[in-house]
Amino acid sequence: MSQIPVELVKLLIALVAIAAFVGLNGLVLVYLERKVAGFVQRRPGPYEVGPQGLLQPLADAVKLIGKQLFTPSGSDKLLFWMAPILSFMPVLLLFLPIPFGPVATGMEMDLGLLLILAFAGLNVLAICLAGWGSNNKWGILGAARAVAQSVAYEIPLLLSVLAIAFMTGSLNLTTVVEGQGGWPWQWNVFLQPLAFIIYFISALGETNRAPFDLPEAESELTAGFHTEYSGMGFGMFFLAEYANMIVVCSVAAALFLGGWQGPFFDGAWWFLAKVYTLLLVMIWLRWTYPRVRFDQLLNINWKWLMPLALLNLFITAFVMKL
Amino acid sequence: MSVIKKIWDDVTSLWSLIVGLKVTGRNFIDKNVTLHYPRETVTFEQLEGFRGPLELIGKPKDPGKPKCIACMMCVTACPSKCITVLKAKAPKPTEAELQAMKEAEERGEKVKKPKAPKEPAKFLYDFSLCSLCGSCVENCPANALRYSSNVYLTVTDRKELKMDLLARLGAQAEASIAEKRAEKAAESPKNIEAETTEKEAGTES
Repeated sequence: MSQIPVELVKLLIALVAIAAFVGLNGLVLVYLERKVAGFVQRRPGPYEVGPQGLLQPLADAVKLIGKQLFTPSGSDKLLFWMAPILSFMPVLLLFLPIPFGPVATGMEMDLGLLLILAFAGLNVLAICLAGWGSNNKWGILGAARAVAQSVAYEIPLLLSVLAIAFMTGSLNLTTVVEGQGGWPWQWNVFLQPLAFIIYFISALGETNRAPFDLPEAESELTAGFHTEYSGMGFGMFFLAEYANMIVVCSVAAALFLGGWQGPFFDGAWWFLAKVYTLLLVMIWLRWTYPRVRFDQLLNINWKWLMPLALLNLFITAFVMKL
Repeated sequence: MSVIKKIWDDVTSLWSLIVGLKVTGRNFIDKNVTLHYPRETVTFEQLEGFRGPLELIGKPKDPGKPKCIACMMCVTACPSKCITVLKAKAPKPTEAELQAMKEAEERGEKVKKPKAPKEPAKFLYDFSLCSLCGSCVENCPANALRYSSNVYLTVTDRKELKMDLLARLGAQAEASIAEKRAEKAAESPKNIEAETTEKEAGTES
């Protein structure tokens, strides 16, 4: 009888755990987003379904699943339905190299960071397909904007991550985490504050979060690339956006905030606490700032983030050489 | 130079982002202002600034009579033409008074004809047209108009939104009088009780 490789079993378990984690986080983040939005506007947020509206995301999910899936006439059916799947599926892969805890890593690999950055780009393709396949002018405008935005914001993001890679000499996230200490002043964010800020802003742009949510700007594009999607077609994009948020925040926590290390009791809880703090900041930003105009969006990137990221990288390289 | 100044301006204006976060952050911590309506009732303080349908203000000494002087300022100011005021007409002189006036005229005296009283005979208000802009309240020289505070107003027929404000004021005045009477009635047995206990205490000592 042939042996099943242990690695394969571990990978399978990791993928199932990640799928569960992503689904659960979708529910939690939908609730959190709506509650924060409510509190910022000094109203209660979801309140009626369950105690303090706790069951509201479940009700939303049931509604989304129950809705009819509708394909617009004259659209490319294959591309149209491939887009939401393509936007959601790679997300599971993105979680694999993330070190949640000292042992809780889906698949430890030396090129973990590279894998995340490479597969994060697939989301752009998905949005592009969605816009193109919808046979809808708003959809295609949203897709065009998404591409311009993602291409632009990926560069400073990469450059700021590269600065950390230069410092630690590794693309393995576990190694990067171990290179930092438990106390806040031992984290990379204190050595690379500029890189952290650039990374965070670019991450907002990458995940199409407000104030950079131009691909789905509902005031200009009715809903952008997902105008034509109903039910779970839309739900998949939605879930993918939240999953992407968790990925970028996890990477930020691992690279800049010491990952699963804390002052005491190292473990996954420190990691999750850091990730959720960052997510909360993201949501907070969304309900604070108005959406930027498209030229402003590109100006921020090309005129500010890019030169600053380059400068930061050069300085890092120079200091490391010394 | 101007380029450097522009860059510096951009950098310093980043502070406004922090200010924005401060504002929303404070709101986040602050108490909700929303009322969970069917479970909670609206308190008096929460009604501050609420604009319900218009109502007339009564005279302080005679709450059944409006302070309104029928000057028509509210009607002129109203952009939605939802207020109708009819001035009160002069009272018709009686037979004896007419006779007296004739006689006085014949004698060559100046005759004082009865003047119309400065009050409305009718004050009609169509809430279905009103936009609650407040022009009438601002323009009223006698301060005779205000917003009511009935947040629970519901009707099933559009016609019910046509209100007779004089009748409303009368009803309110009656209600307040009845309330006062009820209060007095509620208070008085207590007074009697208190007196009797005092008396008892006095006799015991």
